[in-house]
Amino acid sequence: MNAGPILVFGEVEDGRAAPVSLELASQARRLSDAVVVLAYGSSTEGVDKAFASAGASAVHLAEHPVADRLIGPFAAAAMASLVGAVSPRAILIGATYTGRDVAGRLAVRARLGVIANVIDLMDKDGRLVALNTIFGATQIVESGFTSSSPGIFLVRPKSFEVAAHEGDVAVSRLEPPTDVQDSARIIESHSETSTGPGLEEAPVVVSGGRGLGDASNFALLTELARLTHGSVGASRAVVDAGWVPYSMQVGQTGKTVKPTVYIACGISGAMQHTVGMKGAKNIIAINRDQDAPIFKLADLGVVGDCLTVLPKVIEEIKARQQQG
Amino acid sequence: MNITVCVKQIPDQSIPSELLPDSWRLRRADVNAVLDPGDEYAVEAALKLAEATGGEVTAVSMGPARADEALRKALSMGVHKAILVTDDALEGAAALVTARVLAAAIRKSGGTDVVITGTESTDGYTGVVPQALAELLGSSSLTFAKSVETGGEGITIHRQTDTGYQIVTAPLPVVVSVTAGANQPRYPSLKGIMGAKSKPLEHWSLADLGLDGEAVASSQRVFSVVAAPEKQAGELISDDGTAAGRIVEFLAQLKVI
Ligand SMILES: Cc1cc2nc3c(=O)[nH]c(=O)nc-3n(C[C@H](O)[C@H](O)[C@H](O)COP(=O)(O)OP(=O)(O)OC[C@H]3O[C@@H](n4cnc5c(N)ncnc54)[C@H](O)[C@@H]3O)c2cc1C
Repeated sequence: MNAGPILVFGEVEDGRAAPVSLELASQARRLSDAVVVLAYGSSTEGVDKAFASAGASAVHLAEHPVADRLIGPFAAAAMASLVGAVSPRAILIGATYTGRDVAGRLAVRARLGVIANVIDLMDKDGRLVALNTIFGATQIVESGFTSSSPGIFLVRPKSFEVAAHEGDVAVSRLEPPTDVQDSARIIESHSETSTGPGLEEAPVVVSGGRGLGDASNFALLTELARLTHGSVGASRAVVDAGWVPYSMQVGQTGKTVKPTVYIACGISGAMQHTVGMKGAKNIIAINRDQDAPIFKLADLGVVGDCLTVLPKVIEEIKARQQQG
Repeated sequence: MNITVCVKQIPDQSIPSELLPDSWRLRRADVNAVLDPGDEYAVEAALKLAEATGGEVTAVSMGPARADEALRKALSMGVHKAILVTDDALEGAAALVTARVLAAAIRKSGGTDVVITGTESTDGYTGVVPQALAELLGSSSLTFAKSVETGGEGITIHRQTDTGYQIVTAPLPVVVSVTAGANQPRYPSLKGIMGAKSKPLEHWSLADLGLDGEAVASSQRVFSVVAAPEKQAGELISDDGTAAGRIVEFLAQLKVI
């Protein structure tokens, strides 16, 4: 068994460590005392502290050399040089857009296999074993790499808690890679701004699907989210229909959320949707069809029309808050 | 502009999938199989580019011999010719192996200006083949495209990001991965379906590509597959006018209001 350190890709965006990268540093620390993080981004000033307090024992800071180039190919080259230098036991990368770009190119450069959609990672008799789910999270697969070779685990965000860690950390700078075969240039960047807490951090997520009937009815969800300090999510059906931006999509090809309460309004509960919200501590579903699959997951299911139930819920909460 | 589109045949997702008990591989042999719906967006994007630039589209796939059917579908949509890499040694191939095989097939076919793929397969969804292909081919990569156009330095896309999108351009050669919903895949016309039967469709083996066992060996392994614990059924009520009150009570109990 390879006893090397665990190498973590530390994605840095707008000068901040990506939450998933901190989650991975913490999980790596649970599995090993040697946690090497490559912190890669346009500005890495101070992110070593964030990674150290999440569990890193060594942080290599690498600044992205050209602002208008995509991060992925460059970070993959930097990761490959670290794989050569530290002979890791495993490589952990968060399954973000950039993370997937890094994983694919790194796999080729370092001749490493990739196990994707990982939701848990553990040590079993000295071997790292990854869990992922298939068939709409009805089956759990345990897999890993053959003992002679390390591999890349591409991990879904929110799979692990970040735990505070204190200990020594070695910080060094890594020269930006020069042998990158990618000439893509970013011409413009646009963000779809949203108000309130981010979907992945919000304690309450109010999500809408095709059952809302019309894009304008999302106003009800926005209002309920405002009253519960929550955030608004959506099914892919309504994102594809152009009602709301993709950044709101929950599910296999969207975000994974684990709020205290998930409120599904007019969502059927297709498995590609439920893999993204199954982890919620409590689930409320409102659906007109008593046989909708979403009710199998719901702690509280209401068979009814969300266009009549939601306005009443909003009204009652307002009444309570005025009394309170 | 010469364009190659990479496609995969997958088990029909409207039928519940099953694993083979001895190998933990997806049961594919006797189930209805289709062109991955995610790849239809890639085929459509490839055809649009070819129409705009007067180029030809080649579809490349790796799979069992019956994956011909998926390639015929791509041909019936308008793709000009197709290549299937099929070899018993490739059964259960991992993503990196898939990328090596596709890259070797693209090289053998004479190379290409643009490779178009989906973002991930609907059955396996590892989602790293496009990036691995770009690295193997020494190409730029334009990933997660919500739209694809010629122009700029070669190809310009709107790239999906976690918070919005970027406009990104790259010179040729380039690998472009296209998200579902990027376009409206065309339905094959009757003429297209008839025409597809006489379009060239070649089968290549690993030996034809000059790849040996080591290049396609997989370093990963499934140890076990178990059923996920089922969630206890919760409370289900019919809205008789009091359901809103019950929801508010529940939210109050959870201390979110
Ligand atoms: C590869 C792949 C990836 C996918 N990824 C995702 C993903 O990431 N996220 C995702 O969400 N989906 C995803 N999907 C799509 C998914 O399979 C479903 O098609 C989608 O989730 C359905 O959205 P919906 O529940 O809004 O619509 P529908 O399935 O149409 O359900 C609408 C529901 O609303 C109910 N309804 C109607 N009117 C009312 C009313 N007035 N009041 C209350 N209820 C009402 C109906 O009974 C029905 O149950 C993916 C699919 C594929 C193939």
